[in-house]
Amino acid sequence: MMEDLSQYPLELKGPNIPMVSFMNVSKGYDSLTVLENLNLNIDKGEMVSIIGPSGSGKTTVLRMLMLEKIDKGVIYLDGKPITHMEKDGLLIPATDKYLLNARTQIGMCFQHFNLFPHMTALQNCMEGLVQVLGMSKNDAKNRSEELLEMVGVIDKKDQHPSRLSGGQQQRVAIARALAMRPKVMLFDEVTSALDPEVIGEVTSVIKKLVAEYNLTMMMVTHQMGFAKDISDRVCFFFDGKIEEQGIPSDLFGNPQHERTKQFLSAIKSAV
Amino acid sequence: MSYWQFLSEYGPRFLEGTLVTLLQFIFAVFLTIALALVAGFMKLSNNLFVKGVSVTYIELFRGTSLLVQLYWIFFVLPLLGITLEKFTAGIITLSLCLGAYGAELVRGAIQSVPKEQWEAAYSLSLSPIKRMWRIILPQALANILPAWGNLMIELFKATALVSLISVADLMFEARQVNSITYMSAQAFGTALIIYYIIARFIITPVIRWLEFITMRKMGRG
Amino acid sequence: MFDWKWDFFWEVLPRLLSATVNTLIAAGVGYVIALVLGLILTLAQRTTFNILNMIVREFVEFIRSTPLILQIFFIFYVGPQFGIKMSPWTAGMVAIGLHYAAYLSEVYRGALDSVPKGQWEACSALSMKTHDTYFRIIIPQALPSALAGMGNYLVGIFKDTPMLSVIGVAELMHTANAIGSENYRFLEPLTMVGVIFLLISIPAAGFIRVFEGWLHKKLGMK
Repeated sequence: MMEDLSQYPLELKGPNIPMVSFMNVSKGYDSLTVLENLNLNIDKGEMVSIIGPSGSGKTTVLRMLMLEKIDKGVIYLDGKPITHMEKDGLLIPATDKYLLNARTQIGMCFQHFNLFPHMTALQNCMEGLVQVLGMSKNDAKNRSEELLEMVGVIDKKDQHPSRLSGGQQQRVAIARALAMRPKVMLFDEVTSALDPEVIGEVTSVIKKLVAEYNLTMMMVTHQMGFAKDISDRVCFFFDGKIEEQGIPSDLFGNPQHERTKQFLSAIKSAV
Repeated sequence: MSYWQFLSEYGPRFLEGTLVTLLQFIFAVFLTIALALVAGFMKLSNNLFVKGVSVTYIELFRGTSLLVQLYWIFFVLPLLGITLEKFTAGIITLSLCLGAYGAELVRGAIQSVPKEQWEAAYSLSLSPIKRMWRIILPQALANILPAWGNLMIELFKATALVSLISVADLMFEARQVNSITYMSAQAFGTALIIYYIIARFIITPVIRWLEFITMRKMGRG
Repeated sequence: MFDWKWDFFWEVLPRLLSATVNTLIAAGVGYVIALVLGLILTLAQRTTFNILNMIVREFVEFIRSTPLILQIFFIFYVGPQFGIKMSPWTAGMVAIGLHYAAYLSEVYRGALDSVPKGQWEACSALSMKTHDTYFRIIIPQALPSALAGMGNYLVGIFKDTPMLSVIGVAELMHTANAIGSENYRFLEPLTMVGVIFLLISIPAAGFIRVFEGWLHKKLGMK
């Protein structure tokens, strides 16, 4: 049952190593395998959209990077393994502490925003800065206000989440994640819980991020138009595997695989 | 003897008893909170031994009556070598008993904080302790207050039982006055009124006020 | 020191067991009184006379805010003060019945409030008599949510019966104290009382939880 970890490199070296690298990653819950032998590389500064039907494993990809433990394989972040660590020249499964620490370089935004209800928007953004990065309250405040300004909710900085609309909450959530200056940003269906008229608020912020920052981003989404607009690459997941991937114009315009075609036409007819 | 004469003659005794009752209550509140927190967290542990100890404690003290526990701690424990002074025995027993109920409330409140909050706190790389203390517990507190308030009223009423191990509280004084004067309606009636006033018009408003400021902290006030 | 005498244990066991039966009877009778009286108290807060509603409400709050042991003493001693003779047993049953009736009335109140207003409206649209409305339509729907609280209070009453020992009711606690004083040995009787309580209340509480779960499934409730 134990995997032979010696097949995996201790480190990825070279000038053009990917920012995120999934090698032979598998993940299951109870007896259900959700992801099987995933091999996926995301380059520095690349914006990858992940689409697919429910149950295809697309959200699990993000969750394995940020929240959970994997069953098989290794995930690398900027060349170093994060699901495993080195000991005496060998790879062993990472301790919780190592994982938590390594994941500081990743930021995540969730479908239901998950802002802390007992803190204001500003306090939400400052929380990680003060408690994890050890910044002074003043510095944390300045950086947070900068970001809240950037996402367009600076006037709501002293409000609690319960007083904010969904679109505003999600933008605060983005600011909160960005404040930690992560190398990789993950967006897990961040517009799925929003009313249609405010989706634009959030997508324009993400567009801004793509244009102005050189962040590596992975986005799970149902917004096909948006994905087509801003992604460098689109991955279509089906049944725990990447069915097809490519640049947006190729995947959306000229899908090669049958299942991809079916999925895309089902989406089209729904709209 | 009219009621007013009764009150002027025996009033001081009732007041002294009330003071003892309030002292029992206040000390027991603190100890109950402490026990409930410890046992509640222990029950959430993944360590089977730790969890087992907590479950045993909770089931033991919820499955037996407070009165039986009081008698046992006061009469039987000395035979096993542990002699407690009655005022202390009262506070400890009250806290052990109500703390077991409180532990369930604590456990329930923590488990009722949505899983997504844990995930959000984790995604910011907050350490496990900071996650619990800064993110989860404040939200759990808001959830627990109404039920905790009821528990505190139950604790206040339960203090009356310590009179049965001869602690000179309000209940004890009421019985004393009754045995002296045989004016049962006045003696017990006065005690009833005092308990009522404290429970309904002092403790309950304090709990409501705590609920109000927690709600405000959550931005829902 | 800790020296448990097993012969003493066996000697007093029969007496304690028969006292347990008394306890169970006391709990049962008290519970039945509380069930009925509680319903009356709930309905008495829903009359068309606001003054009556308020008085009953305050009365219920008064009982819930004061200790049961004090209420037991009050009822036991005040009766004779005004010429009403009452045996310990009667006084105990009245006190427990009244106390728990107040708690149960809150359970009933919550359960009744949980029945959608539309049900009441449907009944009045069909010109149903009040009696039928309550007993044929509303109460059957309120029952499932009431059962959890009702079950908990049954176990609660059982655990409160020792309070009756102080007015001389020959239940478990009283008998144990009597045995203790007669023999100058409290270790076995009091411990056995504790164990007997555990042996009854834990399975009872477990049974109630199982019953709740079964009932929820049976009624298709989420």
